[in-house]
Amino acid sequence: MARWVVLPVQGVRGIRWSRRLRAWVWAYGFMAPALVLFGLIVLYPSLEAFRLSLYQWSVFAPKRFVGLANYQRMVHDPLFWTSLRVTLIWTVGVVPCVMVLGLATAIALNQPWLLGRGIFRTIYFVPVMTSIVASAFAWRWLFEPTFGVVNWMLRQLEVSDPPGWLASTTWALPALMIAGIWKQIGYAMVLFLAGLQTIPRELREAAEIDGAGPWQAFRHVTLPLLNPTVVFVAVILVINAFRVFSIPYVMTSGGFTYLTPGGPLNSTRVFVLHIYDLAWKQFDFGYGAANAMVLLLMVMTVTLIQLRILQRPFEY
Amino acid sequence: MGRWMRWAGRALVYGALVAGSVVMLLPLAWMTSAAFKPLYEVMRIPPTWIPQEPTLENFRAVFAQFPFGRYFLNSLITATGITLSVVLTSAMAGYALAKFDFPGRNFLFLLILSSLMIPFQTRMIALYQVAISLRLQDTLLGVMFPWLVDAFGIFLMRQFMLTIPSDLIDAARIDGASEARIFWTIMLPLVRPALAALAIFTFLGAWEEFLWPLIITSSDASRTIPVGLQFFSEQYGTNIHWQMAGALIAALPMLAVFFLLQRQIIEGIALTGMKG
Repeated sequence: MARWVVLPVQGVRGIRWSRRLRAWVWAYGFMAPALVLFGLIVLYPSLEAFRLSLYQWSVFAPKRFVGLANYQRMVHDPLFWTSLRVTLIWTVGVVPCVMVLGLATAIALNQPWLLGRGIFRTIYFVPVMTSIVASAFAWRWLFEPTFGVVNWMLRQLEVSDPPGWLASTTWALPALMIAGIWKQIGYAMVLFLAGLQTIPRELREAAEIDGAGPWQAFRHVTLPLLNPTVVFVAVILVINAFRVFSIPYVMTSGGFTYLTPGGPLNSTRVFVLHIYDLAWKQFDFGYGAANAMVLLLMVMTVTLIQLRILQRPFEY
Repeated sequence: MGRWMRWAGRALVYGALVAGSVVMLLPLAWMTSAAFKPLYEVMRIPPTWIPQEPTLENFRAVFAQFPFGRYFLNSLITATGITLSVVLTSAMAGYALAKFDFPGRNFLFLLILSSLMIPFQTRMIALYQVAISLRLQDTLLGVMFPWLVDAFGIFLMRQFMLTIPSDLIDAARIDGASEARIFWTIMLPLVRPALAALAIFTFLGAWEEFLWPLIITSSDASRTIPVGLQFFSEQYGTNIHWQMAGALIAALPMLAVFFLLQRQIIEGIALTGMKG
């Protein structure tokens, strides 16, 4: 009430300013909790991570500025290249499989004649909602060379010498990747289903009336219209692949054979496991921070590529 | 001919979907089956899917050696705390960014948006230093600390609040409602679907978080279910039957939530693209 009493006295300009000032104060009031936490949790640690990467700092040596020495060391560190290679293999193997299987499932579930759509959708989504550590446990035992179900099935299929999976430097990574693919198909499927449902059925039907077969209709009508979804899913999956940690860590440690995480012989040392190992097993924080900068570079590159693609108008 | 082809095609699609379903359910089915078997039956070849000698002994052993109640409570407290903090800070900041004109708004929005590109794993070493200097190691607050604010949540709330007409807010202002009241009684109810999606995914993400609790916890006082389960398996590496019982108990709460909130979760993913 009091606010309106003083109105005539203040003059139009004064009111406008005081009102605007009030709005600013309120706006910053609403922003304040987020900004304080953002500064503490996101902004400062991001800058500090970069600063740390220029320091040598481990439990064995006092913290001192070394400039780019950590980065030089990285270039000559075979473990850095190993973990980079493992992560790239993971990305190149997992992302296309999840995309193709997720899209195929979504298309199948989008068929108007399909019965039991809801049940299938639930089943395919169950892996996404199964605790990642628990499912890694289950996969670890499914891939057990002697007693595991996977090798039992392979023997039923007359494979005389099934792989040693987690005990083998060749087969451990593929075993983890299978678990990684299994975990994410449902997620891709849900996003593709949402994308497919925005495409008017008439468009496909029109194409088929014009004599296009189902494959041609998919190739020339559905896929181009689904393009933004495809790019979005691909980017999310690539970034997930760069940051993968839980499945490799759990499946290669604490098991029957007491493997070390990232083993055997670093054949599953994904990049985040590499950073974790440097910082919390070798207490080499500065060097770990320099390696973490490479991860930042990888994620930023993919994000910027996505922005470029999605801003470009699509030609149908 | 064409008709026959069509039926064959449909049968093929059903066959593929059923085969895929078997693979999707295989780990969970094996986990469930093994959890009710004695060790020698878990190792039996060919594997038995229905336990021949069903037992609850594994669960007794797990509860005797694995403070599941404690881990469950820790997970519940931290995930709830994180969710409350994220929902509140995101809604407030999103409201300011969407509905107020103030100096620095565009700068702050761009800053928050571009921070989405910086993965947690890049910040985690520095975050650990901050947590240590705040004496948060091995505490529940320490487990929550890196997740108390979420740039994506702020972005999401801003986008949703932009779609709410400003006339509603102006009308309330003329009626003399305070800004806090407008936010609480007008804005929040209008964006409830987005708030619910954000809350569900924040909670699930916090419940599943593994890497940070692995770094920051060192005792049962602060271990959450995922790291507790991993710790348990490192101690009892050869007891598969116990591990499977523990894994089953650990997996159940989230699966239960999924079956209760299935529609919201699936629609929420489609709506926001969240949860990877």
